[in-house]
Amino acid sequence: MSVALAADAGLALLILGLAVWTSIARTAGGAVIGFMAYGLLVALVWVRLAAVDVALTEAALGSGLTGFVLLGAAARLPRDAPAARPGWGLRLAAGVVSAAVAAGLAAVVLLLPVSAPTLAPAATANLPALGLGNPVTGVLIAYRAIDTLLESVVLVLALIGLWSLARDGDWGGRPGALRSADPSPALVLLAQVLPPLGILVGIYLFWTGAIAPGGAFQGGTVLAAMWVLTLVTGLTRPPRVGGRGVRLLLVAGPALFLAIGVAGFWLGGAFLAYPAGYAKPLILAIEAALTLSIAVALGLLLAGPPLAQSGPRA
Amino acid sequence: MTIALTLFTIITVALGVVFFLAGTVGLLRFPDTLTRLHALTKADNLGLGLVVLGLLPQVAWPFGGLKLIAVWLLALLAGATVGPLLGHAAWTQERGREPPP
Amino acid sequence: MSEFLLIAALCVLGTVALGLVVILRGPTEADRLSAAQLLGTGGVAALLLLGVATDTTGVADLALVLALLAAFAAVAFITPFGTNGGRADPVAQPDRPQDPE
Repeated sequence: MSVALAADAGLALLILGLAVWTSIARTAGGAVIGFMAYGLLVALVWVRLAAVDVALTEAALGSGLTGFVLLGAAARLPRDAPAARPGWGLRLAAGVVSAAVAAGLAAVVLLLPVSAPTLAPAATANLPALGLGNPVTGVLIAYRAIDTLLESVVLVLALIGLWSLARDGDWGGRPGALRSADPSPALVLLAQVLPPLGILVGIYLFWTGAIAPGGAFQGGTVLAAMWVLTLVTGLTRPPRVGGRGVRLLLVAGPALFLAIGVAGFWLGGAFLAYPAGYAKPLILAIEAALTLSIAVALGLLLAGPPLAQSGPRA
Repeated sequence: MTIALTLFTIITVALGVVFFLAGTVGLLRFPDTLTRLHALTKADNLGLGLVVLGLLPQVAWPFGGLKLIAVWLLALLAGATVGPLLGHAAWTQERGREPPP
Repeated sequence: MSEFLLIAALCVLGTVALGLVVILRGPTEADRLSAAQLLGTGGVAALLLLGVATDTTGVADLALVLALLAAFAAVAFITPFGTNGGRADPVAQPDRPQDPE
């Protein structure tokens, strides 16, 4: 066991070191690269904590999409702009707030009773009634379905917020933030070969979520990453934000979730209650629709607000 | 037979670890960005490849084994893409002009 | 057997963690990205070893996802992001010395 303890301690030290370096890095690009390595190590920590579902989410988001967001932001920042360097007062305040949060978290962890209160046995005991094998999916889509429903709506709201940044004249156009002028041949090859495999992995992650780590969010994130890859190389064009098809896909997941939830009033006796015996097919249907909607929402969030001149027809 | 397979796993995985070590040493010691990139791809292709090869007798067939092979092929594809991309970026950055075709 | 695989996973991880020095030191962002890439491949190898050693479900899938997305950091790094107005500007990329802005 001491080997495992040494490994955990080493992992924790590495993460702390990377975190410190990321926050003091001189260039934005360097900080982003440090942060992405940090995300990978955090995924390993989640595995050590036996939370493979969380590790999958961290890996899919952290290595797939976050890099685009952060490096894209770094590329748009004017270099060495005075506004980009906060003053001493702001830095001190940020340091104090961060230290307070860290101290609060440490206190909570230290004050935990020796055997922490847990609902895990109850969650596992009721899984057979749902036809599921993965307790995390059980919590997300059944026990705490209302949280997941609201989260899936939040993604749509976030996209509406992003779209509202568009100028009036640009409205209805195609998002243009990801287009690159002259993608390298190696990149184009990757964008041709990888998506079929990635789509397979995305669907597999959604499907296996019922019995093993995985699920709609992880699967949708992988699908979104594949879409983003084809957008960057220009192999596909982002859809017009006014298009009916893209909007239908965007709301399909939350809408189906909500419809089944409301139907639960009559069929299951409560909001978001599944009728006995039909839980698993309903859950799979919700997860399938959510996977698609999450993929479209994440891809469009990365693609940025619409631009009128990005299409051939203004 | 089992002993032979176990021995195979131990030797192959250990060789894979050696290639990871070689890749890291190359990344730390080689003189410029392009040669360091070269060290990286060795670890990618051979280190991970040997680890996957060594693990193959230890997993369930077909899906466990195919998944391992898929991981290696994906890593190969990523390495083959990252190499040219970073090499091009490093060349342009160091010399201030586009590399010859 | 599983002890050996665990120790091998630790060795791989410890080795590529040494490469983190390059993330800190650079000198170029391409070097930093190479080190991050090596850390990714090493992480994949360590996860595969860990997954087989502890027989944990999902760890191989995690390695699969990491391998699938392994090239994305480099892709994001070299992508000349379209600037405001949809105008793709290749020199508006970080770490090009001739960047006019």
